[in-house]
Amino acid sequence: MLKTFPKGGIHPPENKITAEKGIKRMAVPKVVNVPIAQHIGIPAEIVVDRKDKVVKGQIIAKSGGFVSSNIHSPVAGTVTKLDLIIDSSGYKKQCIVIRTDAKDPSNFEEVENPLKTDIELEPKEILQRITDCGIVGLGGATFPSQVKLNVREGTTLDYLIINGVECEPYLTADHRLMLEKAEEIVVGIKILMKALHLKKVVIGIENNKKDAISLFKKVIKKEDGIQVAALQVKYPQGGEKQLVRAILGREVPKNGLPLDVGVIVHNVGTIFAIYQAIQYDKPLIERVVTVTGKKLQNPSNFWVKIGTPIKDLIAEVGGLPEGTRKLVNGGPMMGKAIKNTDVPVTKGTSGILVIDEEEASRGEAKNCIRCGQCVFVCPMGLEPHLLMNLSEKGMYDKASAEDIMTCIECGSCSYVCPSHRPLLDYIRFGKNIVKKLETSKN
Amino acid sequence: MSQPIIISASPHVHSDRTSKKLMYDVVIALIPAFLVSLYVFGIGAFIVTAVAVISCLLFEYLIQKFLMKTDVTIGDGSALITGILLAFNLPSGLPIWMIIVGSLVAIGVAKLSFGGLGFNIFNPALVGRVFLLVSFPVQMTMWPTAVENNTTMADAVTGATPLGMIKEGLMFGDTMTNITANLPSNLELFLGLSGGSIGEMSGLALLLGGIYLLYRKVITWHIPVTMLVTMAVMTGIFWVIDPESYASPLIHILSGGALLGAFFMATDLVTSPMTKKGMIIFAIGIAVITVVIRLFGAYPEGVSFAILIMNAFVPLINTYFKPRRFGSKIKSKIV
Repeated sequence: MLKTFPKGGIHPPENKITAEKGIKRMAVPKVVNVPIAQHIGIPAEIVVDRKDKVVKGQIIAKSGGFVSSNIHSPVAGTVTKLDLIIDSSGYKKQCIVIRTDAKDPSNFEEVENPLKTDIELEPKEILQRITDCGIVGLGGATFPSQVKLNVREGTTLDYLIINGVECEPYLTADHRLMLEKAEEIVVGIKILMKALHLKKVVIGIENNKKDAISLFKKVIKKEDGIQVAALQVKYPQGGEKQLVRAILGREVPKNGLPLDVGVIVHNVGTIFAIYQAIQYDKPLIERVVTVTGKKLQNPSNFWVKIGTPIKDLIAEVGGLPEGTRKLVNGGPMMGKAIKNTDVPVTKGTSGILVIDEEEASRGEAKNCIRCGQCVFVCPMGLEPHLLMNLSEKGMYDKASAEDIMTCIECGSCSYVCPSHRPLLDYIRFGKNIVKKLETSKN
Repeated sequence: MSQPIIISASPHVHSDRTSKKLMYDVVIALIPAFLVSLYVFGIGAFIVTAVAVISCLLFEYLIQKFLMKTDVTIGDGSALITGILLAFNLPSGLPIWMIIVGSLVAIGVAKLSFGGLGFNIFNPALVGRVFLLVSFPVQMTMWPTAVENNTTMADAVTGATPLGMIKEGLMFGDTMTNITANLPSNLELFLGLSGGSIGEMSGLALLLGGIYLLYRKVITWHIPVTMLVTMAVMTGIFWVIDPESYASPLIHILSGGALLGAFFMATDLVTSPMTKKGMIIFAIGIAVITVVIRLFGAYPEGVSFAILIMNAFVPLINTYFKPRRFGSKIKSKIV
C-alpha cells in the first residue's frame, strides 16, 4: 500500500504534459528585473546604485533581517534603474533593473559543473554558505532556508524529509530536476545530513513519477540512512504537514512546525540549490520553471535566470495561443493569476500556466446545498462552508475559534464545491482580518 | 490577447461536478424503483408521480416568480426530486387534488418559506407526505394491492401493508407465526410484490439505486449502512427475545420505507449532517426512533417521522460533531 495522509485531499486531473520534456536553458534576457522581496519575511536591502556595473552572482541586495535573504545579480551588466514593477502579487514592488552586458562571456557560456561528491565544508560553514548564497525554499513558499536549518541546541530532530511530491497539476519542474540531477540531489542531502548531524532521510515522491522513484532507489542504494517513499497521488500531499503525516505518521501540532515533531522538510529544488552553493559557491540566480498550458505549441521546462520577464518564456514556447484568458504564476491550485507578461520570474516561480476561456471561468456561485464535500476534502479538518459564512458575516472571533488560521489555502474546498462557491476567497479574506485583529490585540 | 485577462484567486481549476449533476444522479437512481412501481401499480403510479412532479415544479416556478420575485431555479433538479420522492411516499390511488396539496406544502412551506434550496431544515418531500398523512389518514392508508389490480384503478382492492398487518395482528393478540402466514414472503418483499407506497415496494430496485448513488459518490455509506444496521440490531434483539410478538429484522428492513428512507430520504444532502461522525449519529437516531414507533407507537410505520425529527437535530449535530482538526491531538510517535 502506498503511503498518504488520511484526512481529506483531492485528485484533480494531473495534466503533466511536460513530464517528458528535458530542462532546456533559456537564453539570457536583455534586461532582468530583480525584485528585492522574493522570499517570505523582510525584503532585502539594495546595495547597488544606478549605473553600477555588476558581475554575475554579485550580491545586489543584502538580507534585511533574521527572516530574509540575500539577492544576487543573475547576469553581468549594468544597473539601469531602481524601479517599481508589478510582480506576481499584483502590486508594484521595488526591483533592481539590470541591462545584460552583451559582451561579457559569463552571460553566455554556462559551465556545466561536474558531479562533486566530497563535502569539504564543516557544518557551521555549510549553514553560513546557505545564508550567503540566498537559498530559499523553492517549492513555492520561499521561506529562507537558513532559518529553517537554524535548529536550536537541544531540539529533537531525527528526520529530514525531501519533498519531491509536486502534487500541483501541470507542474513538472521538480520531476525533471529529479530525473536529471538525481546524484547531485543526493549529495545535497548528504550536505544537510552533515550540517544537521542527521542520520535519517526520506525522499517522498508521488507514484505518478515512477521513473524518478526507481532512479532514486538506484542512486541511494549505497547510501546509509536515505530512503525513498512512494506516495499515493493526492493533492495537497506536498504541503509540509500532510507530507510529514504521510511519510512518518507524525502529526504536526496546530500552529506548529514540522520541527515540533522532529522533522525538517526541504524541496528537491532547494536541495539542488544547496548542492550548488556548497560545492561550487553558486548563489541562487536561476531555477527550473515549467511553462505549460493545454493550448501552447511547445510547453516545456526551462532553466531560467531570476528576473527574466515572463513574456520571454511565453515567446520561447510559441507565444500566447488565441483565447488565452488567464496567466498563472505557479500551479493551478495555489498559483497566483498575474496581470501582464512583464512580471519577472522570481525564486518562487515554479511554473507559468496559460489557461484558456473554458478552464479560466468559474461557474456561477449557487446556494450551498450542504453536501459536506468541502468538509470531507479539507486536509486540515476544517469546515470551509462554515468559515466562509463566518467571514462573510464578519464574525471573525467565531471564525478564529473555528481554527480559520490553520487553513493552508490549498483550495481543495473551492475545487470540489458543486455550487461553485468562492470558499477559499472568503476564508483568505477572513484570515487576513483575523490576523490583523490578533496583531492589534498584542 | 483578444479579451481582457482574468485575475482571480486560486484555485484556478475546478471539478466538473455541479449540484445539478448530483441532482440528476439522484433522479437516475430512482428509475429502477419507479419501473417496479409501474409494473406493480400500473397507470396509478404513473399518474401520482406525474402529478406530484408537475405540481412541485409549477409551485416552485409560481412562488419564485410572483411571490418571492427571485430567480427561478426549477432547472436545478431539486424540485423534480422533491416531486418524485413525494410521489414515492404516497399510495398509488390517492386523489389528485390531495397530491397537489401535498406538493404545495412540500415546495411552498417546507422549502421556499425557509429560503429555497439549501436553507430548508426539513426534507420537503417528507413534510408534504406527513402533512397528507395527518390530514387525510384514511386516504393515505388505502393501499391498492399489488399486480393483479394494476389495470383498473377504480376497482382497486385495498389491503394493508405488511407492517400494518403486523401491527394490527399483534394488537388483537395474534402471534407472529399466524400473522406471518398471511404476509408476503421475504423474497416477495425484496422483489416488491406487496402493498405500500409507490416507491417503497422493491428492496432490490432501491438497493440498485442506492448502489448507483454510492458509486457516483453522491452519498457516502455512513447514513444508509448505519441506519439499516442499527434497525436490524434493535429489531433483532426484540425478535430473539420474543419471536411471537416481534417481527424479524429482515421483515423490518424489507418492508415499509426503510430502504427508501435509508438511501434516498435520510441522505438528502441539504437536511443531513455535514460530517461523517454527524451522519452516523443522525442515522442511529433515525433507526432508533423508527423502531420505537414501529414496535410501540400507534403508527405501523415511522421512517418519515424519524427522519423529520432527526432533521431538526441536524444543526445541533453539525455544531457538536465536528471533524477532528489536524494537529489538535498530539499523538505523534517519535521513534
